[in-house]
Amino acid sequence: MLEVENVHAYYRGNEALKGVSLEVGPGEIIALIGANGAGKTTLLNCISGLHTDMVGRISFGGADISGAPAHKLVKHGLVQCPENRQLFGSMTVQENLEMGAYLWSEQNRGESLSKRLEHMLRKFPVLKSRRRQLAGTLSGGEQQMVAIARGLMSDPKLLMLDEPSLGLAPIIVEEVFGIIKEMRNEGRTILLVEQNAIAALDLSDRAYLLETGSVTFSGPSKVFMKDARVRRAYLGKDLEAPNSSC
Amino acid sequence: MDHLAQFIVAGLTTGSIYALIALGFCVIHNATGIVNFAQGDFISLGGLVIFTLLMGLKVPLIIAFPISVIAVTIVGALLERVAIRPARSRSIVILVFITIGASIFMRGVFKILWGKNQMGLPPFSGETPINFAGATLMPQNLWIFGITLISVIGLHFFFSRTRLGKAMRATACNPRAASLMGVNVNSMVLLSFALSGALGAIAGIIIVPITTLSFDIGVMLGLKGFAAAVLGGYGNSLGAVLGGLLLGVLESVGAGVISSTYKDVIAFGILLLVLFIKPSGLLGRGDTERL
Repeated sequence: MLEVENVHAYYRGNEALKGVSLEVGPGEIIALIGANGAGKTTLLNCISGLHTDMVGRISFGGADISGAPAHKLVKHGLVQCPENRQLFGSMTVQENLEMGAYLWSEQNRGESLSKRLEHMLRKFPVLKSRRRQLAGTLSGGEQQMVAIARGLMSDPKLLMLDEPSLGLAPIIVEEVFGIIKEMRNEGRTILLVEQNAIAALDLSDRAYLLETGSVTFSGPSKVFMKDARVRRAYLGKDLEAPNSSC
Repeated sequence: MDHLAQFIVAGLTTGSIYALIALGFCVIHNATGIVNFAQGDFISLGGLVIFTLLMGLKVPLIIAFPISVIAVTIVGALLERVAIRPARSRSIVILVFITIGASIFMRGVFKILWGKNQMGLPPFSGETPINFAGATLMPQNLWIFGITLISVIGLHFFFSRTRLGKAMRATACNPRAASLMGVNVNSMVLLSFALSGALGAIAGIIIVPITTLSFDIGVMLGLKGFAAAVLGGYGNSLGAVLGGLLLGVLESVGAGVISSTYKDVIAFGILLLVLFIKPSGLLGRGDTERL
């Protein structure tokens, strides 16, 4: 479905991605894990067209989308929930969701926008009582729900979630992962970027480990859990050389 | 204070114009963060075009009005396309300077095309005064109130109810996220300049019958509209309308009580006062967004 081949990305001349290849098949949940600054968000931004200083080939559903501007990709069914949620803070929750269906309502696949909204509010009951509230005034967890719901409004073929658990209280994080699990059970294809590696590996089919701009390990998530390198770096289970300063 | 009602009517009239101009500033500011100093020249152009259509080509008002608005709308869009977009990656200050340059350029072109003479236009519908609550209203005052009201309501409807209007607000709020929703941010910026052009043109067209027209009539009006936008809270549409009306009334009453010589001093004095005491304006918020 999504194929990323040998992508190099640059930030002011610095190479942030050094030839990354990655593949997402239909119905798969793929986790992309790695430390801060490894290039996870850059990779997502390359795919979604937000980051244009790149070379390499990205194709989605058989079409070459490398270098296509972000606003053209939603039409293909490729939607990114950006890091830190990036809601439209001065607009209401409902308006945020409507923006998620911006192109969907243009194409209007036989279903009206209000029906789509109702459907989404049933899926996220927390948001129902908040629909007239400004999105910027919601709590972090509620904002994350809005961000995910907004991403789902256009019924994307592939949803890319960038750090959905970032800055949330543990109990809310659980809720967010519950929603991702639900989406998995519905058969939605997801590319999940997470720092919370255990949770991400737990619900994904396959995973990629990104380290300083390169994929250093990839495979089924179960194998990942057992890999010493991953455990040492991201699962905090390094017994050989405990880092006392942390 | 016998004439207080009269001063208020006069103030609300110019205040309506300031409100329209302030809204033009807001629309562009919200989409781009730029203060568009060519806003005043949209006003001049609206007045100049309708003058030529009405007096030169004898086109009836009902046709001349929309043509003039469309003409300035196109000029607004052209300004974005030719001068702003190629430099969009630059800092805001550079873009603001580009609008200042564009303003000087446009004024030069207007001077060549229409000359330096003062021109005048008759009111839209007669000059029979109407007495209302102790004040004398001219029919043109009613035109100004009515057209401003329609424009404000129309603009509100556009931004709160239409898909395109919401996309413009989303772009203003977070352009990156808007592009992830499939919104073409460049088109929204183009649209904001076109819309501001239209608002400026309307302001210019309706004020010309109660003042004299010249190639640079919009310069002072543009600055007053800017002051009104700051007074209301820069970027806030409701604030722009309130700021415009308030500035118009204060200016008019102040001029009536003290002396009309000090009219501009009052307007810009208020601007300075606002900047000293509450820089975010009457309705301006600090950053209330929760992260």
